[in-house]
Amino acid sequence: MRSPFFATPPATTMPDAAAYALRLGDDALVLSHRLAEWVAHAPELEEDVALANISLDLLGQARALLAYAGAVEGAGRDEDALAYLRDDRAFTNMQLVELPRGDFGLTIARQLLFSTYQRMLYARLAASSDETLAGIAAKAEKEVAYHVDHATQWTLRLGEGTAGSHARMRAGLVAVWPYADELFEADPLTDRLAAEGVGVDPSCLRGEWDAAVDGVLREATLERPEVRPAAGGGRRGLHTEHLGHLLAEMQSLHRAHPGVTW
Amino acid sequence: MLQLEFDERVAADDRVEPRDWMPDAYRSTLIRQIAQHAHSEIIGMQPEGNWITRAPSLKRKAILIAKVQDEAGHGLYLYSAAETLGVDRDELVELLLAGRQKYSSIFNYPTLTWADIGAIGWLVDGAAITNQVPLCRCSYGPYARAMVRICKEESFHQRQGFEILYTLGHGTPGQKAMAQDAVDRWWWPSLMMFGPPDAASTHTGQSTAWKIKRFGNDELRQRFVDMTVPQADALGLALPDDGIAWNAERGHYDFTEPDYAELTAVIEGNGPCNAERIAVRRAAHEDGAWVREAAAAYAAKRAGREAA
Ligand SMILES: [Fe+2]
Ligand SMILES: [Fe+2]
Repeated sequence: MRSPFFATPPATTMPDAAAYALRLGDDALVLSHRLAEWVAHAPELEEDVALANISLDLLGQARALLAYAGAVEGAGRDEDALAYLRDDRAFTNMQLVELPRGDFGLTIARQLLFSTYQRMLYARLAASSDETLAGIAAKAEKEVAYHVDHATQWTLRLGEGTAGSHARMRAGLVAVWPYADELFEADPLTDRLAAEGVGVDPSCLRGEWDAAVDGVLREATLERPEVRPAAGGGRRGLHTEHLGHLLAEMQSLHRAHPGVTW
Repeated sequence: MLQLEFDERVAADDRVEPRDWMPDAYRSTLIRQIAQHAHSEIIGMQPEGNWITRAPSLKRKAILIAKVQDEAGHGLYLYSAAETLGVDRDELVELLLAGRQKYSSIFNYPTLTWADIGAIGWLVDGAAITNQVPLCRCSYGPYARAMVRICKEESFHQRQGFEILYTLGHGTPGQKAMAQDAVDRWWWPSLMMFGPPDAASTHTGQSTAWKIKRFGNDELRQRFVDMTVPQADALGLALPDDGIAWNAERGHYDFTEPDYAELTAVIEGNGPCNAERIAVRRAAHEDGAWVREAAAAYAAKRAGREAA
């Protein structure tokens, strides 16, 4: 018998569109949180502003997606109930976004991988037959175009800047690369939704993504690291040990005062 | 001759611009004041940033991130304004880290609960606005223009703080107690933000003559109290001063002066968080050095390639 880490995913209890919106919303929510950790600690003031900006864009996307997931589910859960009252096993974000923020090299490496993927995903999702998802994606794609540009510019600066920055950027890539495969993993839910024209089959993004990321790395005099992929499982609620700590912090105050208004 | 032109310009309420002649003391006073103001924006990001990762709703989290981001932006405008006087940002940051330039002592107090985010917005940003609105008419053009942009955003900061406290004040007994505790802790330090009484202030006289400062510390403090007392009623929260009472004769609220010995002690480094605030700023600065060096090296390489 396989352990749950290697088994096929259990059926979700939510309607498909809700489960799908929740996945994308969780990605945005958790990465927004990691980026917000930089605010007041960034390498220069301009980056405090830029990282806060990206964090805010992602938080806005997360709120729209979570609210929609709750509405489709129809069980009375709003964006806050979904963000603050689920335990880590019920979070369906990819593991890439929950890794600790690390140094600036890791942060930029993750931003490059994730923003490039997210932009391609949203570009396709903007044509979804689900009007709400299409609307959220169309608005978000414009925001993410800036995130891609920010990550690209910094990859070039760090890659080409000094020997030290090149090494740090390389180390950042090595740390996040094992989590890249998970971005493109299709499963029964995405298969169904892609067939219906509601969702995107993430495995379709891989070729375009490889070309885009390789292009940036080449220009930055960096290489794709040779690393073994991580086990993955975020979509099935199997996370790294880091997510529990992130949620403990994020949810502590909300949970200390059940049912109140803030 | 140059001095005369400068005096006439100031007397006529015209703006002094970077290329204009100005007395050395005017220049150095402005550098000191604008730098201190910029440093305050940057250090002020810490106590509020302390609650970003624990904000109790996604909406509050978004508002708080946006607010702290605004403060970084204010720091940027102000450092740029200071640079028009012939100093550069790096130099000023070094002076801050070396403890040779100050920042507002209010940020040496800790944010212990979520309600502190409300109290900072309502009281600290409220006091800042009271201090800063007159600076929009300051005699030095770049500073005055920076303040116009900043003041617009500060009023949003104050409103969001008021809303946080209003919600808490009308919430559960636990939330209300949290709000009252925060107001009790932030009231006196907020009054201290206007500086010592005019009689004891070393800078006020000359700054007023130069039209950098338009009103005395005492007058601004009174204005803040007059604005805040009715707002506290609307919040359903008490200000921790039994001496507050409407004085019909003066047309102002009477209030108890804060303990200026505490202000002096905190300015001199003995506040609850002085060492920590500078240590955090220094760590961010030092941890980011390799990134700034990389950006500079990359820019130089590119410029070289383009020239070739
Ligand atoms: Fe500010
Ligand atoms: Fe502010």
